[in-house]
Parts: sequence; C-alpha cells; structure tokens
Amino acid sequence: MAKKKTDKRNRYLNIGAILLILAILMALNLTLDNYQIRIFNLCGIYIILSLSMILINGFLGLFSLGHAGFMAIGAYTCALLTMDPAIKKMNFFLQPIVPWLAHVQWPILPAIFLSGILAAFAGLLIGAPVLRLKDDYLAIATLGFAEIIRIIFTNTQTLTNGSLGLKGIETIKTVIPVMGTSVTINVMWWIWIIAILTVIFMVRLIRGSYGKAFMAIREDEIAAEAMGISIFKHKLLAFVIASFFAGVGGALLGNLMGTIDPLMFRFLLTYNIVMVVVLGGIGSITGGVLSSIVVTILMEVLRFLDGTFAIGSFVIPGMPGLRMVVFSILLMLVIIYRPKGILGTREFSWDWLLGIPAYIKRISKKPGKPGKDVGNDGNA
Amino acid sequence: MAMLRTENMTMKFGGLVAVSDLNVRIEKNEIVGLIGPNGAGKTTAFNMISGVYIPTKGKVFFQEEERDGSIKEIDITIKKPHDITQLGIARTFQNIRLFKQLSVLENVVIANHLRLGSNWMSSVIRTTDYVKKEEAMYDKSAELLAKVGLYGVRNELSYSLPYGMQRRLEIVRALATRPKILLLDEPAAGMNPQESHDLMNFISKIRQEFDLTILMIEHHMRVVMGVCERIYVLDYGITIAEGTPSEIQKDPKVIEAYLGVD
Repeated sequence: MAKKKTDKRNRYLNIGAILLILAILMALNLTLDNYQIRIFNLCGIYIILSLSMILINGFLGLFSLGHAGFMAIGAYTCALLTMDPAIKKMNFFLQPIVPWLAHVQWPILPAIFLSGILAAFAGLLIGAPVLRLKDDYLAIATLGFAEIIRIIFTNTQTLTNGSLGLKGIETIKTVIPVMGTSVTINVMWWIWIIAILTVIFMVRLIRGSYGKAFMAIREDEIAAEAMGISIFKHKLLAFVIASFFAGVGGALLGNLMGTIDPLMFRFLLTYNIVMVVVLGGIGSITGGVLSSIVVTILMEVLRFLDGTFAIGSFVIPGMPGLRMVVFSILLMLVIIYRPKGILGTREFSWDWLLGIPAYIKRISKKPGKPGKDVGNDGNA
Repeated sequence: MAMLRTENMTMKFGGLVAVSDLNVRIEKNEIVGLIGPNGAGKTTAFNMISGVYIPTKGKVFFQEEERDGSIKEIDITIKKPHDITQLGIARTFQNIRLFKQLSVLENVVIANHLRLGSNWMSSVIRTTDYVKKEEAMYDKSAELLAKVGLYGVRNELSYSLPYGMQRRLEIVRALATRPKILLLDEPAAGMNPQESHDLMNFISKIRQEFDLTILMIEHHMRVVMGVCERIYVLDYGITIAEGTPSEIQKDPKVIEAYLGVD
C-alpha cells in the first residue's frame, strides 16, 4: 500500500516538474537573446543525442560509434522534406534535384518523424549484421558504416546536393491560432518538447521490463540468454530505437543550424556525444541530461580561450582549439577518478530528493558516519 | 516417456572428443546426478542440452505437454539457448553468473521477462495491461525470494551477497523462468560441509514445491549420494556407469576412474 502512495506522489511530482520546466522555458524564451537561445537549443538537441547513445553504450553495454551517420540521415531527410521548393531550386544549381523531391514541402512534425523512421530503418539494416560483433569490433564497424553514409551523401548529387550541402533550411516557426490571437511556436519549443518526450520515453523504457533485460545483457550475456532473453532481438531493438532518436536529433540540428553538408557529420560529431555521455555517467539518464546542458554551455563559455587572452600580465596568443584541451583534461580526470562517469549509473529520484533534509539531519547528529548512497531507482 | 532424453549426443572440439555417445534419460520428478573426474565432459554435456553448443552428432529430445494434455516429444538439438529456456529448461553455471550490478530482486525479475508477453511499446506507454503484468512480475519475484529466505536482502546488489547466498540466488533466478527441468552445474562448489548440507535440503525442497525434474553435476560425493536417485558417471567423455548411488559406489570402473588401479 505504501508503494502505491509513493507512486501517486511521484506522479504528481513528475507532472509538477514538467510544468516547472515549461515555465522556465517560457521565461528563458522571453529573456534570453538570440545567441543564448541558440546555445540553449543546442543543449536540448544534445540531450536527445546523448540519451540515444546512453541506451546502447550505457544500458546495453555495446560500444557503438555510428551516431553521426544516423544523424546525417535524419538531418537530410528533414531538410529535403521541409525546404521551400524555390530554395531547393537555388541549392541544386549544379545538377537539378530528383523530380519526386522537387516540389515536396511537408509540415515540420511529420518530417521530423519520418527522419527518425528512416534513421531507424538504416539502424535496422546496419544493426542486423553488425550487432553480431562485440567490443572494439562493433565500434569500428559502426564507425565505418557512419562514414559510408557520409560518403554516399557526398556523392548523391541529385539527392543531397553532394558536398555543396543544403543552405537556407527554414527554421521552424509554427503559428497556431489560439482564441483569436496567434501563438508562435518557435524552434526552441519544438526542440525542448521533443527533448522532454525523449527523456520520458527513455526513463519508461529503462525502468520497464525491456530496460531490465537490456541491463541483464550488459551484465552478463551468457546468463541473460540462459534466462530466456533473446540477445540479438533485444540488441537490435535498442539499436533501432537509438537510431530513431539520433535521426530526430540530427533533423533538429539541421533545422537549428540552417545549413548542412556532409562534412558536418564526420566522426568528430559522434565523439562530442561520446564525451557528453562519458562525463555525465555511462548508464545514467540523469547524468546524460545534466552533462548535455553543462558541456554545451561550457563549450561556448570557454570560447574566449580560442582567442588572445591574459592571465594577470601574462598574455596568451590566440590558439584555436585550446578550449577543447579543457575538455580533454576533464575527460582524463573523469576516466581516472570516476571511470563510469560523474554520476555512474545513479539516477535522480524523488525519494532521494525528499530524503535530503532527513539525511542532513542524520549526518549533523552523528558526525563522521557515511550516509546511504543515492538510490538506483530512477524516477525523473 | 522420458522428460529429457539424449540420443548418442557427441561433441568434438577439433580432434578432442569431449563427450561421446552420451545417452541420458531423465524421468519426470527425478533427481539425476552427472559425475566424473575433471575434464570428463560434464559441463560440455550441459552446454549441449541448454543450447550453448550444438552437438556434432546425436540429438536431444524434450517432452512437452500440449495444452490439451497430450504429450509430445520435440527435438531441441539445434534450438537457441533462449528458446530452450522458454520451453522449460533452466540452468545455473559452474562459476556463478549473476547480474552483478543489479539488485537481488531485479535479478529475479529479469528471469520473468521471457514470460512477460507484452511488446516494448506497451512498456513505454505503460498500458494498464502492461502495468498489471509488471506488478505481477514483481510480486511473484518477491514471493519466490520470501520462499527461499532471500527476501530480507532483496535490495542488496547481488555481488555483495555471501557466496552461499549467491549460489542460492542463482538457483532462484533459474526457478523464476518457471522451468520443468532444472540443470544445476556444481551447485555445491566451494561450499563448506554445513553449507552443502543446507543445499541438499534446499534442492529436495524446491523439487517438491515446484514439481521439478533436476539434473545436476556435482563433485561433492556426499551431496550426490544424498540427493540423487540415479547417477551417470562420465570419464573422458564416455559413460562408464549408470545406476543408483549404492550401485555406483561399488562399481569397479568408477573406482578405477576416481582412484586408479595398481
């Protein structure tokens, strides 16, 4: 009975938290300038991407590096589907676009959805042969497939405009008439609502029976199989779901950037996501979300390091790329001292948050006694 | 008809014949032992029955009860391990293979996953049907843990349990898949006399309670002679003896395999 009660309490708290986040979003939407909102949007996209990677690399324990490829599929699908036919004509000045795509212009939501579906389909095709591999071999194979996708996109001139890329992708702005006035839903809302839905999706998937089966495969494949879990089916399922979200993330990224070209989807993009995931915690949705936000903001805040700056009277000349050194050092420190990432496999839970006051009381009464760790039962 | 039957089951690794022409018959509700010196091919035989290896020769048959009550024998020789578990053959491992970083309860809950019968979409949407099934999964697992005296440690991480409890948890986890036959690979390995005595009682208890048929590999002669009704003895992959514990103890071939002759 007590469990039912806390379940009910948690449900209200969850709804409250989502409303609070939406209120914060609304406030930020009004107060931040364009540049800041752009960074903030990037945070949202990284949340989607890092969660999709955590599903495979964290919960399933597979080392996959194919994200850039699936993102490319998503980004191109969405861009080609939503772009104005006139701008399309301008983009494809070397060779005209294939006729069946020339006059297509979809609304954004089905375009994003189809981007995810196509990426998931690519995930299915690639995953079926590749998921028989393990460890480093899987990483190399997925990396290779991501590069293959990029090379294909560079060479399909009439479909993707090759290495010229696509320019002038219209940023989403949906106008909905509400009670006489019209409400504009800009790209920020789209990105963050999809990010929140992704978080809810992942939390529910991981906490459910299938998530438990994924973790069993991570812990011990042979034992999981002996427990009747079909290893291949579950691996493929997770891989396809992760590809779907990578595609959605890619679609949003393309839309936010306004231009895409094949060079954008090199393996460096995948490594950015790997960095976010490793810093946050391999196997923690909370860690992925927090680290997506922190890393993306840090990436911009540290931009001054790339230019000329002074420490006291000591002037350091501009060295492009110096800010990435900070991340390298951070990554090394985390790997040495916390090999599973800052949060490891811990998750946020209301029980933990509401338990803090009692915990503080306890440790202030009995000094030196270590308290209980954060619970493993995520409940975001 | 035998619950589980192997027909000339043979496994060759290159030139090495690990198991040769093994014919095992296990009737319903029996406890059968599989013994032999190190390297006799006992675990290989287990791996063939549970689908980890595909025999180079011979067949494995499992008796399945149809819904209408009729009994049918099916060939499981080339079936995959998870399909075999689904049919009702569960196993434990010689070197414990728990899901180390997961809690005791989660370990058992995972073993229920194969009988869930919902797709992943409904687990994300949390349909009422799925929620009901999930609750039943947790209740059943908790009940099972209570039955074997592990309920008190259900929230501990499984690797933090003492050795004897880990062994017991592995058996419980196998039970949670709702098997008809349980294959135990050296359940008493590394146990002291007291622990192995408890284990003997435990095995007899679960057989009665879950209406099980058990095939076990064991080195502790006291355990084997204590619980098994029939014993097969392997030596270098060849079946050298078969019979009741008292027959086996007197068999000159078995004595030779274990102690040697001058």
